[in-house]
Amino acid sequence: MKNEDLAALIKTRFPEAIVGANIFRNELTLTVQKDTLAEVARFLKENEDLDFDFLSDLCGVDRAETDDVFEVVYHLYSLSKNHRLRLKAPVPSDAPSLPTVTGVWKTANWHERETYDMFGITFHGHPDLRKILTPDDFEGHPLRKDYPLDGRQPATLRDSYRKGGE
Amino acid sequence: MTSAATTTTQLMTINMGPQHPSTHGVLRLLLELDGEVIVKAVPHVGFLHRGVEKLAEYRTYHQCIPLTDRLDYVAPFSNNLAYALTVEKLLGIEAPERAQHIRVLLCELTRIASHLLWLATHALDIGAMTVFFYCFREREAIYDIFELVAGARMHTSYIRVGGVSRELPGGFTEKVHKFVMEFPARLNEYETLLTENPIWKKRTVGVGIISAEDAIDYGLSGPSLRGSGVNWDIRKAEPYSQYDKYHFTVPLGKNGDVYDRYRIRIEEMHQSNRIVHQALNILPKGDCLARIPNVTLPPKEDVETNMEAMITHFKLITDGIHPPKGEVYASIEAPKGELGFYLVSDGSSHPYRLKIRPPSFVNLEALPKMVEGRLLPDVVATIGSLDIVLGEIDR
Repeated sequence: MKNEDLAALIKTRFPEAIVGANIFRNELTLTVQKDTLAEVARFLKENEDLDFDFLSDLCGVDRAETDDVFEVVYHLYSLSKNHRLRLKAPVPSDAPSLPTVTGVWKTANWHERETYDMFGITFHGHPDLRKILTPDDFEGHPLRKDYPLDGRQPATLRDSYRKGGE
Repeated sequence: MTSAATTTTQLMTINMGPQHPSTHGVLRLLLELDGEVIVKAVPHVGFLHRGVEKLAEYRTYHQCIPLTDRLDYVAPFSNNLAYALTVEKLLGIEAPERAQHIRVLLCELTRIASHLLWLATHALDIGAMTVFFYCFREREAIYDIFELVAGARMHTSYIRVGGVSRELPGGFTEKVHKFVMEFPARLNEYETLLTENPIWKKRTVGVGIISAEDAIDYGLSGPSLRGSGVNWDIRKAEPYSQYDKYHFTVPLGKNGDVYDRYRIRIEEMHQSNRIVHQALNILPKGDCLARIPNVTLPPKEDVETNMEAMITHFKLITDGIHPPKGEVYASIEAPKGELGFYLVSDGSSHPYRLKIRPPSFVNLEALPKMVEGRLLPDVVATIGSLDIVLGEIDR
């Protein structure tokens, strides 16, 4: 299905939830209102013409400085129809939280854990929202833009890493 | 003494890894066992986390290429290619035809090298040691070719935005041709050691099963997905870098077990060998790096003789490329599955956000599904069959 047709079909079904559509380099991006996300996701997967059965990727983007939001970005693919879609859900940066899609695509589990770890975005309804890449005693969310490149761990922890954790 | 002996059963929790040879790196598995049966398996990752995505935000677009080498460090050309294609998509440019065919050739050699390492270690994990030595012999031949082309064996950084870094050296064609001619016979020889071997089959047939529906739901890709019979190969579905000009078949499994994934990778090596052979014949003449002002470096001869070229060179090295504002996602069929890069540009010389979609990370997520309810030794076989590399899982 062409990008324009995809956008039209989804927008007709969710006139209020889809707040923006954009095509760049032949890639369709739809911006969705975060509270309706789970509903939209289920529709995208279950509608026969769309059939987005494969969640390629899920990640966060920090836009707190300019727009006061974190964007949660979903890259969807349909194995049977061979088309792709990027779904974006902006969440307020002071209370970053949105519904999980683990009930729709199981693979979202680790991706959401990673996004939680890196950005501090919580996914409510997630079965097991733990950090995944950083150590348990690591403080902060390293992919946020206000997190410095050389880290800001408590001196003791940093020292213990340097010495090899005595 | 108590009269009636009361037996109590108790679950045992054991740690497998992070330092365990069959976890292929620093993977830690927390296993809950009832006797030898796995009740629960919880993977812990992140021991190799280097913050690659964060580092990329502080580097120019060209400086990110060496970072990609270190993701799946047994398949550097594939990583370079996926990244280069993403930046090229963002810029709206294409590499010259010759460069695209060179990329295909090297990426398919990479697939063979990566699958050889998988076969070697997978067989070693299950106890077949001979295969290990044979596979490393062939892998060495491929790494010699890589060294000839890129000057490095592992961290090649050879594929650049707009093409490849330099022309193929003399003696390259002969060396690859020799390899392509010898390899199928060698591969058949490995198969005689394993494919019909009763011990090998006992350890792999019916082990680590995942159904097609589950495989898609868990986001598996590459041979791990095709082992369950799902026909999806990005080289066929969304051809990039001239793959539509090549003839090859995509092998599929039926049962989604360790043995099917083994058969698929073996057949993929045959197919990759075919592609390399075709690439040698197709390889057109021409530039190996596009000449696009403000994106690709001018030829070295020009830099030494021409003032403008020198200024361009200096500006590109110090300031870098400035792509337009926007965001793109591009993915390729890496040896392990769908390797994707999501790139957000704010118009500056550094990526605003670079997200890597590593196939191993997603494939590993399905491990508990495959091993729970099975025996402890099956874990080793199943991890091997997923072909994970922790470098790209932890990033």
